[in-house]
Amino acid sequence: MDLVVNILIGIVIAATPLVFAAIGELVVEKAGVLNLGVEGMMIMGAVAGFATRIETGSPWLALVAAMAAGAIMAALFGLLTLTLLSNQVASGLALTLFGLGLAALLGQAYSGMSAPAFPRLSIPGLSTLPVIGPLLFGHDLLVYLSVALVAGVVWFLGRTRAGLILRAVGENHDAAHQLGYPVVLIRYLALMFGGAAAGLGGAYLSLVQSPIWVEKMTAGRGWIALALVVFAAWRPWRALAGAYLFGGITILQLHSQAFGLKIEAQYMNMLPYLATILVLVVISSDRRRLQSNAPASLGKPFYAAS
Amino acid sequence: MLRLERRKEASRSMLYATPFLAVLLTMAAGIVLFALIGKDPLRAISIIFFQPLTSVYGVTELLVKATPLVLIAVGLSLGFRAGIWNIGAEGQYTMGALAGGAVALAFYDQPGLWLLPLMCVAGAAGGAAWAAIPAFLKTRFNANEILVSLMLTYVAGLILSVMVFGPLRDPEGLSFPESRLFHDSARLPVLISGTRAHVGILVALVAVLLTAFVLARHRFGLVIRVLGAAPAAARFAGFSETATVWTCLLVSGALSGLAGLFEASGTLGQLVPALPVGYGFTAIIVAFLGRLHPVGILAAGLLLGLTYIGGEGAQIAMSLPSAVTSVFQGMLLFFLLAMDVLVNYRIRLGSRPAAAIAAEAE
Amino acid sequence: MLGSITRRGLAGLALAAGLAVSAGAADAGPTKVAFVYVGPIGDHGYSYQHHMSAEAVRQAFGDKVEVTEVENVSEGPDAERVITQLAQAGNDIVFTTSFGFMNPTVKAAQRFPNVKFEHATGFKRAPNLGIYNIRFYEGRYVVGLIAGRMTKTNTIGYIASFPIPEVVMGINATYLAAKKVNPDIKFKVIWVNTWFDPGKEADAAKALIDQGCDVVMQHTDSPAPIKVAAERGVWVVGQASDMAHFGPESVLTSIVDDWSPHVVASVKAVMDGTWQAGDVWGGLKDGLVGIPPINLKVPEDIRKMAEQAIEDIKSGKLHPFTGPIRKQDGSDWLAEGQTAPDGDLLGMNFYVEGMEGELPK
Repeated sequence: MDLVVNILIGIVIAATPLVFAAIGELVVEKAGVLNLGVEGMMIMGAVAGFATRIETGSPWLALVAAMAAGAIMAALFGLLTLTLLSNQVASGLALTLFGLGLAALLGQAYSGMSAPAFPRLSIPGLSTLPVIGPLLFGHDLLVYLSVALVAGVVWFLGRTRAGLILRAVGENHDAAHQLGYPVVLIRYLALMFGGAAAGLGGAYLSLVQSPIWVEKMTAGRGWIALALVVFAAWRPWRALAGAYLFGGITILQLHSQAFGLKIEAQYMNMLPYLATILVLVVISSDRRRLQSNAPASLGKPFYAAS
Repeated sequence: MLRLERRKEASRSMLYATPFLAVLLTMAAGIVLFALIGKDPLRAISIIFFQPLTSVYGVTELLVKATPLVLIAVGLSLGFRAGIWNIGAEGQYTMGALAGGAVALAFYDQPGLWLLPLMCVAGAAGGAAWAAIPAFLKTRFNANEILVSLMLTYVAGLILSVMVFGPLRDPEGLSFPESRLFHDSARLPVLISGTRAHVGILVALVAVLLTAFVLARHRFGLVIRVLGAAPAAARFAGFSETATVWTCLLVSGALSGLAGLFEASGTLGQLVPALPVGYGFTAIIVAFLGRLHPVGILAAGLLLGLTYIGGEGAQIAMSLPSAVTSVFQGMLLFFLLAMDVLVNYRIRLGSRPAAAIAAEAE
Repeated sequence: MLGSITRRGLAGLALAAGLAVSAGAADAGPTKVAFVYVGPIGDHGYSYQHHMSAEAVRQAFGDKVEVTEVENVSEGPDAERVITQLAQAGNDIVFTTSFGFMNPTVKAAQRFPNVKFEHATGFKRAPNLGIYNIRFYEGRYVVGLIAGRMTKTNTIGYIASFPIPEVVMGINATYLAAKKVNPDIKFKVIWVNTWFDPGKEADAAKALIDQGCDVVMQHTDSPAPIKVAAERGVWVVGQASDMAHFGPESVLTSIVDDWSPHVVASVKAVMDGTWQAGDVWGGLKDGLVGIPPINLKVPEDIRKMAEQAIEDIKSGKLHPFTGPIRKQDGSDWLAEGQTAPDGDLLGMNFYVEGMEGELPK
């Protein structure tokens, strides 16, 4: 039983950085912007969070710094694509290259240091319950934040006027503009939210999952987050589920090896990508369902012609 | 207040001026960056931008580095013009190298003049086959080609890894994950002896010229332009979107595959797991920097190649950490992308002139 | 830049005139030494340790050397250019420090017969290309002894990168040692298929600990597993560099790759004009494998046993692979008293008898 609990906890830890990055990118894409620079924003969050944790000792300031770093990177992307109207695909790739380099440069002074463990939730009486205690009440606080963030995004997109406007902007920016909504401003805000969330995802790696700073430590997770958004068909809860599924495959693959099961790791590693393609095909082939979710203006530049 | 105003047509003078402007701005920002970290800024700039051009070896290496970027970017630009986003060129590059390399290794004992052409065909076919998957899923199931092609990039990397760890592993290589070195007749001929400048460079040039011709003279050039600008009009005019998707993806896949094979057979001479080094992604940036025009792409590919080689030179000569080079490249890309705006828009001070509003209201 | 081009020209002339290399080098000012790394210097693992050997050269020779380091060079098409540029820049000796640099180094050595090359962990040689490597397995044998005695669950977890001989050799050496002191020992191996992904290495460490391993070791490059083990309160072994500071309470010891003694000696030989292309595979005896002081929480008799083993390996009394050893499939490998030939070790692609699980192909 303990083993099952531990495996489940392992899945949560592997999935949480993906949840943050994916939910952020989901909002960005819902606003009609495709930011391929998630990896660059995550790594900046990782280094900013770690450096702040070391310098100030405060885990909370570290989170704020990580969010700020991600949001600044996103604003830079916004400057390029929203204000200066450059191509989003190319700008996103450039953002990733830039972020990986800048993070390595800034982090040089911090490589080889280690940060103290991140605070965990501990509710007397509940956290010590068998099975349920560690599974529900014993995680680090960021895990709860990630789930709350997903719930918040669901509420925001589905139940608030601002969320409706954001979706309208992603659906048809020209119409939204005609109605008098500030398309560019809304997209800036969405981008910076996405950047902050990606920064948190990166900080989860450098503050919780393995509290050290090393170059390239995001190791491609930003790209997986991008895939998860589509895998989820732009639905927040599905993005969460997708992240846990992805984390689950990773962790179970490691565990099955430790059990001595023979598997070809390379083939197992292909599974998440193939699964994403399959899901994409299934949701896309029903055009009506896709259209109700996929932001129609995704990736298209917006110029206020009138 | 600064404001953008769309030009009626792209400014030709800006089209040619902005890349130089961007490079100058990057140099200026680079001087600040290098000064901040305490390195001689002018020396760094001159090493990155000029030193590779001062020796035959530097120039040939620049051509070698730019060849895959240009080949891939030229193919991608066709699709990008038509609004077909193949961003999985990295995977097609990998599969092309794998397919062509596998031919080289399969006929290791029977070298001949026919081998190299066969490898090229296999390389192009490998890349095209990998690109055919997003083409099929897009045309049949409406699946987004950006994501399918991106996912397949990871799968391709893993397949390469499976193959060099397994069937294609060098039998005398002490179980290390590398193929054996290709036979001489499976290596691309070298243009200048003593360098790595191979005939792939010429192929890239031919691809540039051919694409320029097709875009200017052939009906297909018109089709992709109309499809990119006004899909509805294209359908109305009777252009087949399906055929265009297939053509664009197959052509860019084949060119990417060929680029992969050239790296394996020309530059490297074997298959290794580290063969994909991101050319497929960098080429996307090259395509945009070149404004999706073949000649522009040629220039952009050379410029990016220059910063890679110059960056290595700066590491060697001035002990700049490699991180500084990537930051510098990132700045260059940002400036180049940001400058694009000047081509299609005018920057105006103040609020909109009344005449313009009146004109649009009509 | 002009200066160094001239310098290289002078050195070339000197050679052509049949003068001694050392005289030419001495006239031309400092000896130029270059290093090529596959990873970032800041990885705190493999490339970091090679960087430390470059630092050792700076320390040892001061003004007499000029050291250049190039990091993050991929083992693909770029490697040959970097190595060539270093040779062209007038370096007297170039150290290429990862297996994937082998063929590019061979090519550069052909093109620049006057430049000396040393390639770490490969097997191809030339008159101006030497190879050097470390008998990591000696260190792994020693920590295997400690781990075998320290485990209470009799289960040791091992995070492995890729099934290449060096890694397989390490697993076998650790297993044989642990088995010797603890017949009930069991190994759990996870292949993560990467040299460097802190998140995945941490996840693998967690999985091993969850499955009852109370000693964890790794053949991957990041310190992430150390942090996990420290947090979970199980024993762990540092890899490549002394990683004790990442988990002072939990690190038993580390297996340190110390390339410096060899690299410094090679540079010295270049300066003296006595350098020859060698084939060095050094271990504890040569100071290339370092075992930092063992954690004081380890009982004294176990520490003594480990230190004795180190001495015995150094003196040649003990070889980690001494027969009788059978392969996993039951076939004979080493007869009673026979020690493993180096060739067998360098191409090792099988588990020894008793190991569970299948070696990935």
